[in-house]
Amino acid sequence: MTKVTMTVNGKTVSGDVEGRTLLASFLRDDQGLTGTHIGCDTSQCGACVVHVDGVAVKSCTMLAAEADGATVDTIEGQANADGSLNVIQQAFQDHHGLQCGFCTPGMVMSAAALLKENPKPSEQEIREYLEGNICRCTGYHNIVKAIMAASGQDVTAIAAE
Amino acid sequence: MYNFDVETPVTVADAVAAMAAEDAQALGGGQTLIPTLKQRLASPSTLVSLKGVAEMQGITRDGDSLRIGGATTHATVAADGSYPALSALASHIGDPAVRNRGTIGGSLANNDPAACYPAAALASGATIATNTREIAADDYFQGMFDTALEEGEIITAVSFPIPQAANYQKFVQPASRFALVGVFVAKYADGVRVAVTGASNEGVFRWTEAEAALSANFSASALEGLSVSADNMIADLHGSAGYRAHLVKVMTGRAVTAAS
Amino acid sequence: MPKDTGIGAATVRREDVRFLTGTGEYTDDITLAKQTYAVFARSTVAHGTIKSIDTSAAELMPGVLAVFTGEDFAEVGGNPAGWLINSRDGEPMKEPKRPVLAHGKVRHVGDAYAAVIAETVQQARDAVEAIEADIEELDAIVDMNAALSGSNFVHDEIGTNQCFDWGWIEDNREATDNAIKNAHHVTTLELVNNRLVPNAMEPRASIGSYKASTGEYTLHTTSQNPHLTRLLISAFVLGIPENMLTVIAPDVGGGFGSKIYHYGEEALVLAAAKRLNRPVKWTADRTESFLTDAHGRDHVTKIELALDKDGKFLAFRTDTKANVGAYLSNFSTATPTFLHGTLMAGNYTVPLVYVNVKAVFTNTAPVDAYRGAGRPEATYSIERVIDKAARELGMDPIELRRKNFVKPDQYPFASAAGLEYDAGNYDALMDKMEEVADVAGFAARRAESEKNGKLRGFGVNAYIEACGIAPSNLVGVLGSRVGLYDAATVRVNATGNLSVMVGAHSHGQGHETAFPQVVAEMLGIDPAVIDIVHGDTSKIPFGMGTYGSRSLAVCGSAVVRATEKIINKAKKIAGHMLEASEHDITLADGVFSVAGTDKSVTFGEVALKAYIPHEYPLEDIEPGLEETAFYDPANFTYPSGAYACEVEVDPETGKVTVERMTAVDDFGNVINPMIVTGQVQGGLAQGIGQALLENTSYDENGQLLSASYMDYTMPRADDLPMFAVDHSQGTPCTHNPLGVKGCGEAGAIGSPPTVVNAVIDALQSGGKDVTHIDMPVSPARVWEAMQ
Repeated sequence: MTKVTMTVNGKTVSGDVEGRTLLASFLRDDQGLTGTHIGCDTSQCGACVVHVDGVAVKSCTMLAAEADGATVDTIEGQANADGSLNVIQQAFQDHHGLQCGFCTPGMVMSAAALLKENPKPSEQEIREYLEGNICRCTGYHNIVKAIMAASGQDVTAIAAE
Repeated sequence: MYNFDVETPVTVADAVAAMAAEDAQALGGGQTLIPTLKQRLASPSTLVSLKGVAEMQGITRDGDSLRIGGATTHATVAADGSYPALSALASHIGDPAVRNRGTIGGSLANNDPAACYPAAALASGATIATNTREIAADDYFQGMFDTALEEGEIITAVSFPIPQAANYQKFVQPASRFALVGVFVAKYADGVRVAVTGASNEGVFRWTEAEAALSANFSASALEGLSVSADNMIADLHGSAGYRAHLVKVMTGRAVTAAS
Repeated sequence: MPKDTGIGAATVRREDVRFLTGTGEYTDDITLAKQTYAVFARSTVAHGTIKSIDTSAAELMPGVLAVFTGEDFAEVGGNPAGWLINSRDGEPMKEPKRPVLAHGKVRHVGDAYAAVIAETVQQARDAVEAIEADIEELDAIVDMNAALSGSNFVHDEIGTNQCFDWGWIEDNREATDNAIKNAHHVTTLELVNNRLVPNAMEPRASIGSYKASTGEYTLHTTSQNPHLTRLLISAFVLGIPENMLTVIAPDVGGGFGSKIYHYGEEALVLAAAKRLNRPVKWTADRTESFLTDAHGRDHVTKIELALDKDGKFLAFRTDTKANVGAYLSNFSTATPTFLHGTLMAGNYTVPLVYVNVKAVFTNTAPVDAYRGAGRPEATYSIERVIDKAARELGMDPIELRRKNFVKPDQYPFASAAGLEYDAGNYDALMDKMEEVADVAGFAARRAESEKNGKLRGFGVNAYIEACGIAPSNLVGVLGSRVGLYDAATVRVNATGNLSVMVGAHSHGQGHETAFPQVVAEMLGIDPAVIDIVHGDTSKIPFGMGTYGSRSLAVCGSAVVRATEKIINKAKKIAGHMLEASEHDITLADGVFSVAGTDKSVTFGEVALKAYIPHEYPLEDIEPGLEETAFYDPANFTYPSGAYACEVEVDPETGKVTVERMTAVDDFGNVINPMIVTGQVQGGLAQGIGQALLENTSYDENGQLLSASYMDYTMPRADDLPMFAVDHSQGTPCTHNPLGVKGCGEAGAIGSPPTVVNAVIDALQSGGKDVTHIDMPVSPARVWEAMQ
């Protein structure tokens, strides 16, 4: 076992992990942050996306030991300080960008990373950026729309509801 | 996963020392290795993470040569832009989260037959620097998942001569988003090099007939009359050998047109 | 003017807040005290005889608490099929036992033959590798034709690989044959409806727990219908009394059919929990999901369409082989028969239909209902052959369909496949589709594509489905072993807020938002005070779950009936409070009034009175305000639609790009248009996935080649366009109180033929003589077809 210490959602946490412990498992099992989900074994689905030192990574494809000393942000830390939904979360709700909710944490974390890099992405840029986030429910239409709306773009012209 | 120890050296020397442990394995970004370990297809005793080795990070340009540290992520290469075709290639490996972790050294060391970087390295005549030597790309790639690397040898950097013109065209395998066929075309003063990934059972290869034709006339029309043999092409549920052979020519033509 | 509350309002979903903040609670998020972990030993061969299983080394591994094999379950029951199908000759279908763990033989790659319970997942996984299983590999039965002709059987005890040979409608067989023999024109098409893996993003997971002091079991599981799971475990598999078993399906990350069924892992964790007296959790990894979730579709069909010289349809005849995989999953026998054959008249006045389906056992994962379930297969066959007929006859594909549509004055309409359609207007849908899809502008768009070296095609489709599953009396006659009603309890609490317990389970459909819209509208109160309770058998009267686009049409109707009972009782109480006859009491905006007076009491005051029954006529009215209703539908509902797709084909690579996708659906009345649109969009993605991307491929040895996201192509954001979705042309269902039809599956039913029709149109426009390509229409397949 190795001791790892990291800053998760602004709080310093530490724990003893095996070499093989994935960051996703450390967050879910050791820290109880079960908003980060595991949907595949091959680094494809993106349900586990968190930010490590400010960039999006797949936490099921990174060892907890590699995150020692890092700053980690998860879905649980995304809401505004008063507990209200942040602008991306709110846009997902307003535009029905989620159904079963399982891929949603990864989607929101990827969207946040995208908007940091590219504050006004086009529809195509959003679709390409979400290449590593699979949603089986929504058909992506409303996810794309929500991210455009969150970036302050007018989405009234995008089809119905 | 079977359990293993994780070492996090900060110098190449320390990394090399750590690699001396029995059944030690280098860990780049882990974007291929960790899924492999999850399937219990490998059982290293120690993973030597190269992420923290400062001298293996970053990109430096020296005239017409670009040196990329072995632990440099795809995202960093994508953002660099000194060698536009290479950056464009890097910007389409995996997905954004994968690009934030995956490294050029890791990709070249693994030499997946459908990976993108091998095509760039081979078409550019890159030099792969390790802790012990420098290896020309033409000598480095030795078949599917096979390279000239010795046990314990670490890719510390890759040097690319920047061409006059270049382009990479990837036709994606729709599920994995690896290359079903990827063609990197690079035009240098002394000729054109064409490297193909994704297509062959032998891994990345140079299409020398196309190189000769394009060196004489750098235009897609120079490829007319050439054909690619389907012998030894990969056949799987995503495409037959014949289809891949066909795509090699189509993607080469598109790369030439885009580079021209 | 859109409403902002109640029925018809695009209310944002209340459940979103927990999902968006990472505070949803899915099964794998739950950790019970002293929890242990199960990992299964699964067959790596498709077909084999279990000679011996030696678990002794595994039992000695660190952390191991127990090891189970098929022997441990030899005496308990099997997981049954829920629907009895009789063959054409009257023989009942073959029903081999589906054990909790494989016993005697393994029958598909992934078939579980042992399970290890340990303190940690990794310890259990290590110990699985220490199990010594001597499994003698047998030839795998993969191809359906070979399965039917050979003497190698998936289940030796039944002596055949044919489960049944079903005819529908058998009495029409000869007339259909004659119609086809004598027709002016017959169009024939052989096609494959490709096998799909449902791929809910949340892998299946279950936690069994047991309380020794009371003998009570609890199962937390990823289920679309916890009551059915309880019933199957109790009545068939483990014999746990229903009142000693609670099944809880908490937040569930999508199902699409795959989580309707009871699976052996659920029984295993319960049995293990009792033996160890500790909770036992199992969570599938994605590979296990690929290997063991019930798959969908997998039909091989020959369809013939007979037409007269004017293009009137005379008969459809189909010959289908349906793969049921290695075992009968719970609804696997209903899907290729009564959910498929009965839809084979489509939207058309065709007088004759004959459907033959042979269900075939193979050494592959079980196949069962997946989004659409039988109806996509029917629609695909019908709508592809109509398109081919239009080409052969030189007719416009839209006009050919219109010529044969059931017209609005023909309802109720008895279809040639045995259903009674209650309402619809297929021409209106087609009109709307032509407008929304801008059919008039297609020629210009095609010219633009051609300028860019691309072939552009336009495809159209009309579909009908049977939803709101289903009238119990009818399905009972047809072989169903369950009733298909649903139930709801409306509990008005003393302080005036409501808990509504519903049998339908919400795993993406937004019930927690939509059901309160209905109740709030009926009571005239704020929907925010209404809470939906679902997914816990200990809290809900009963339920038959969520599938077949049934939640609102069936369970929603139960909610309406229960709410009506609440209103009736509340009126009695209000009448007493206002010293008036209950018959003079009206309810509006949450206030009970005496008609023609200014006397009134609020809904909240009535609720309080019901629970503090002072000055209360106890001889006439019971205290409390809680009502339950079971609703059994009078008929199926019949959503229908007209879809259009435009694709571009790259003639050099064969790559198909969906440029425009239009869905115009008749769902009857719509409670929450935002949710309905979202359901259609999701269905479209799955349908486009089936048409272009998703391929479940077994090799001749029964190895699943597409067993991960590295090889099974899930639709991603950049594979799809924005969708145009319209549901303005609703014709209300005539037989349920809300006039709703169901919207969950439409997109996945209507889109596959639309996309393939568009690809064929594109190729034909480029002068390619291609009349059919099987799904998924991958670049490689398009390129091969063009050669």
